Order: sequence, then C-alpha cells, then structure tokens
Amino acid sequence: MTRRILLSAGLAAAGLMVMGETLPAQAQVRAFITNERDHTMSVVDLDSLKVIETIKTGRRPRGVTASPDGKLIYVAASDDNRVEVYDSKTFKLVKTLRSGPDPELFVLAPSGNPLYIANEDDNMVTVVNVENNELVAEIPVGVEPEGMGVSPDGKFLVNTSETTNMAHVIDTKTNEVIENILVDSRPRIAEFRKDGKQLWVSAEVGGTVAVIDPSNWKIIKKISFEIPGVNKDAIQPVGVRLTKDGKKAFVALGPANRVAVVDTGTLEVEKYLLVGQRVWQLAFTPDEKLLISTNGNSNDISIIDVGTEKVTKSVAVGRSPWGAVVVP
Amino acid sequence: MKRMVRAAAAAAVLSFVGGTFAAVAQENPAPAPKAAAAAAVPAEQSFRVGLVRQMPPLPPWIAPLTAPPENLGVAGAELGIRDALASGRFLKLDYKLETEVVPADGDPLPAAQKLAEAGNNYILLDVPAAQLIRIADALKGKDVLLVNVGAPDDSLRQADCRANVFHVAPNRAMLTDALAQFLMTKRWRNWFLFVGRTEGDRLYAEAVRNSAKKFGAKIVAEKVWDYGPDARATAQSEVPRATQVGEYDILVIADEQGEFGDILPYNTWLARPTAGTQGLMSLSWHPTMENWGAAQLQSRFFKQHQRMMQPLDFQMWEGIFSIASAGMKTRSSEVDKIRAQLLSPQYDLPVFKGVAASFRPWDHQLRQPILLTHATNTVTLSPQQAYLHQRTPLDTLGFDQPESRCKLD
Repeated sequence: MTRRILLSAGLAAAGLMVMGETLPAQAQVRAFITNERDHTMSVVDLDSLKVIETIKTGRRPRGVTASPDGKLIYVAASDDNRVEVYDSKTFKLVKTLRSGPDPELFVLAPSGNPLYIANEDDNMVTVVNVENNELVAEIPVGVEPEGMGVSPDGKFLVNTSETTNMAHVIDTKTNEVIENILVDSRPRIAEFRKDGKQLWVSAEVGGTVAVIDPSNWKIIKKISFEIPGVNKDAIQPVGVRLTKDGKKAFVALGPANRVAVVDTGTLEVEKYLLVGQRVWQLAFTPDEKLLISTNGNSNDISIIDVGTEKVTKSVAVGRSPWGAVVVP
Repeated sequence: MKRMVRAAAAAAVLSFVGGTFAAVAQENPAPAPKAAAAAAVPAEQSFRVGLVRQMPPLPPWIAPLTAPPENLGVAGAELGIRDALASGRFLKLDYKLETEVVPADGDPLPAAQKLAEAGNNYILLDVPAAQLIRIADALKGKDVLLVNVGAPDDSLRQADCRANVFHVAPNRAMLTDALAQFLMTKRWRNWFLFVGRTEGDRLYAEAVRNSAKKFGAKIVAEKVWDYGPDARATAQSEVPRATQVGEYDILVIADEQGEFGDILPYNTWLARPTAGTQGLMSLSWHPTMENWGAAQLQSRFFKQHQRMMQPLDFQMWEGIFSIASAGMKTRSSEVDKIRAQLLSPQYDLPVFKGVAASFRPWDHQLRQPILLTHATNTVTLSPQQAYLHQRTPLDTLGFDQPESRCKLD
C-alpha cells in the first residue's frame, strides 16, 4: 500500500518534470478546449495531437476565443460570472474581466476590443472593454442569449436568443438592436462569411441552419439535413464555421454525431463526417488544414482534415468538452 | 383544514391581484428596441391569458412543513409570462396573466367564466377532469382556447376529448409508457403492481396494465394498499409482510397522492427497486433536470421564486409559452390563428428536453419526452432509443393516432 503510493508519487513527479521540460519550447499550434463539467481547459498540441496541459479554470468554462494576435485566450467561466484571460504560451491566468451574469459565449470585435458577451441567464449582451475592464454597454436581447457573431467589418453584432428564437442584429456604433430575425427553435450560433455577404444561424431544436443576407437581413434559405439511419430529432445543428475563402461551411450536428460539409454557393450539403458524440463547437487551425470538433458526450475532440474532408483522429480531453479555439 | 386551504387560496388570489402584474412590469423595464423594419411589423398585439387553479385537497399526512408551495404551478406561469414578454417585446407582442385560485371545495366554472368574460382568450386550467369538461362545454362556441396544464386523465384525450381544449400536461398513458419502455430496456419485465385507494390510483394502475401489455411486460402480482392511512411509523414491520408475493423484478407503485409509495423502498421483502408514482418516477419535469438548456430555465425560475421548479410549474410554463411562441409566429393574438399555428406541422415548442414538443392533431395532446427520475437524479428520458416510430419517436408514448378514440368536432 505504502509502496504503491510512493511509486505513484514518483510517477507524478516524473510527469511534472516532463511537463516542465516541454513547457518553454512552445511555438507549435495549440488548441484550447474548455471542459464544461470538470472546470478545466485542455491544451492540445496539434503537431503531436497530444494533450500537453490541463489548466484549472473557473467553474463551468464554456465560450473560448483568442485575441487576434493569438497571445491571449479568453474563457467564459459561466458559474463564476467572469471572463478569464490566459497567456496562450505560459498558460497562466493573466487577468479576469467582468462578464455580467452567466456568460456563455462571446465574440471579440475584429480589432480585438471590445468583447461582446452573451449573458444566458439575464437576457442581455454585455460589452466590455478588454483593456481596462470597463463596462461599455448592456444591451437587452431575448431569452437565453447564446450565439455571438460579429461582421468582418465589425459594424454588426448578431446575438441569438435560444428561447425567443431570434437572431438580434445590433449596430455596434450605437449598441442598439436594429433588427430581429425570427429563426427556427433554439438558435445556437451566428457566424458571418468572411466577405460579410452571408450570415449563418444554426437552430438546434429546429434542426436547420438559416442563411441570411446581411444587406436586408432576410433569410435566403433554411438548410435542413438528412442522414440515412439517423432520426430527424437527433439532427441538431450547433457549431458553424466557414472557410476563409468563403466556399465551404462546416456544421456540427449535435447528437447526430456528424459534421455536415455545405457548399456556400449552392447551399447544398455535400457530405457528412462521422465524429464523436453530441458534437458541439468547431474551430479551424490558422492555416485551415485542420478542423477540430468538441464532442460533449464522448469527452474527446475529433480532428478533421479539411482538404480530404476526412476525420483522422480523436483525442481524449476533459469532461464535456464545450468550446475550442486554435492559436498559431 | 378546509378553512386553512381557503385562507391560503384567498391569500394567493390577493397576491396575484396586488403583486403579479406589478412584478411583471418591474421585471421588464427594458423598452422595446426600435425595429428597423417598423413598417412591416403589425400593430401591437395583446395576449390575455387567464389561469384557473383549483387547489387539490391536502391529504391528512401532509404536515405544514411538507406541504407543497402555495404558488405551485402559478409560479411557472409567471415565469412563462416573463419569458414571453422578454421575447415578444421585439415584435410588439404583449402578454398578461390573470389568475383565479379556487379552494378544493369550490367551483372553478364561475372563475373560468369570469376570466373569459373579462377578455382572456386563453385560459390555463389546473382542475379535476370532471370540472374541465364542464368548463370546456360551458365555453364552447366562445372565442376562448383552453389549455389543460394539470389533469392527467386518459379519458380527456379519448372519449371525453373536447375541440376547444389543448393538453400540455402529460396523460397517465404517456407517463406509464415512458416507464415501461425504460423497464423493458433494462429487461425488468416482471412487475409487482401496488395500487392505492383513490380513483386516480385506480386509473394510474389501469395505465400501467395497458403499458405492460403494449410493451410486453408482465404483471406477476398486484395488491391494493389497505393498511390504513399514514403507515409511516409501522412501515418497517408492515411493508415486508405486504410485499411477500413471490418473485418479481420491480415494484410499480400507483399512489398519486403519496400516501404509501415513499415508505415501500427499502422495506420490501425482497431487495427490489421501485418505480411509478414514487421511486423511479415518470414526470414532465424535475429539479434535477439540467441538460439541453434545462439548467437555464431552472436558474431563471429559481431567481424569480427562490425555490426549485416542480412538474406543475413546468407544465404551466409550457402552457404559457406554447401560446406565446405560436404568437411570435402569427404575430396575431386571434384565437383562430393561434389554434391553427399550434396544429400546424411546422409548430414546435422547445421544452429543454433535447427534442421539440408539438401537439397531436387527433387529440390535441402535447407530445414531449418524459423524465424518469429519482429524488436526486434524472436517470433517463423516454422515449428510449430502441423504440422507433414512422412519424416521431414521441408518438410511442401515450395515444397514437390508431389508438385514438377522440372525435374532435
């Protein structure tokens, strides 16, 4: 008994030493994965596809994003009602920011400031200056605000409210809601195409993705998904990512355990990629060679090769992986 | 006892008249943001929702500290209105709630008529089945849509169905089918059914027998609880004797008022699990439900009422929000339009249980997943994965179209 303890302590010490040695030499591409249920963030080295660090975060980490230069990682610690900012190289907590109650998802302005935060419990979007932690604005939106997208020019912020079933368009100059677009049930994510000419909004319970024309905020098409052998009720679009060239969209389909590949020109689904269970959010590597999906129920991430559109590997992370961001 | 109930009911009514509206107004101070496409938005629409709750008689074994909260159910309706307002303000939709609480020995019909005459086109009802039929018949032909949020009676979805009633509360057949699917998945096929003495218990037991037949379980023993009221003090000696019925896999309890069901676990002759109205319970909702965004609803409810959300609270929230969400699509508070929306194939109501709920056109029952829960954990949600259906797996719970004996005129 005593011997076993000693042995494991020895192993742990060895593990720490190994960790210590790898830490300084970090120039590689890293993914940061928030694990909602064990209150940690896994750091995955995308060369070796290994977890190189598990950072203890505040309670219930969900939304995660990076500063434009990739140096800072922002994490929404939902149950601690704050945003935590980590150094992406040392993995140390740099500072915490105000967030308003129950922050879930957020988006940084393209310039890197301010941070727009959805307060899920409070029907509000909180705008925070990341430099000085000042409250810029609180914008009332619908019930259970969640998805946050910002137009590439930074002029429009779009928030989805999960129970109100709307995408609220906010003018970032005035911080006022200028348009409300009714979409299908439980809208989760709002994502602009890089040319700003399409806005994609996923509806988890409705099972569709609405593609919206930002010139008039009208829905161009609602994309629905059909997978042989998978019940329609299980097809629940959540995470959406579009390639920089604007040609392809990837849509995570929740308990259907698939990521759909959609042509943004024809708005037709081209194929479905089998990933882990209850796939939630997606993140590209900076070179867009890889796409990562967080799989909430199988506690892993899937690595998708974007060029061949094939799932190449899964990597075990923490309990209920939620969000993902990759920095160079 | 009766006096106490009446006094409590009166207090509740007062607090609604004096409190609720003001509270709702205060909690939603945010002005309606200006809409860019103002011209396209029709004039403000007002939804006036009434609520009639007849207090159930308190069983003798309930002590003041274990009594259900006074605002049970109504609290969920209040949150529903608040959520509806927070959503509807973007579309110039207004929602108002007017509540009438009727004592156990009172008559809910005049209360419902009063609400209808005051212009409440939508009325949520938590009243016994016989009263619900009286109210539905009295308001037939009026411009009023009734939503049953409380009565679980199968008969209301079958021969006694009414065209002006929509059912949000799950009926007993849905609850027992949900349980049966799970027990069959676990291969606990041999059931010992213990039935209480009330009419509700008898009906629940009937539903259990039907579910057993539908899904291939076997009721190997059946008993009626006739050990007198409140056997808590002598349970350890009485229950072992009462449960010597030979081999079985699980004890299924039909005890809607909670007279004896909770004293059976750990007192049975054989070491067997319990399920039904106690033990592993089939419910529309439970405080332990947190997946699928449920945590957010639970937390909103707790913030507003400083207690956890019970099934009746949830059903009233669903009742309000089914009208409210239909209204966001019609942008009109006209009863005919809302009714058509509720029955349209496109209508879906997110209910925080993974899949959307919707109304069955043949009997107006809301199809939704059912929780199987013990006191501290939601074990699973039915329908279970293996039960398939050509339309939606939700129609494996309760009365599917071919089994319907409902004729809506």
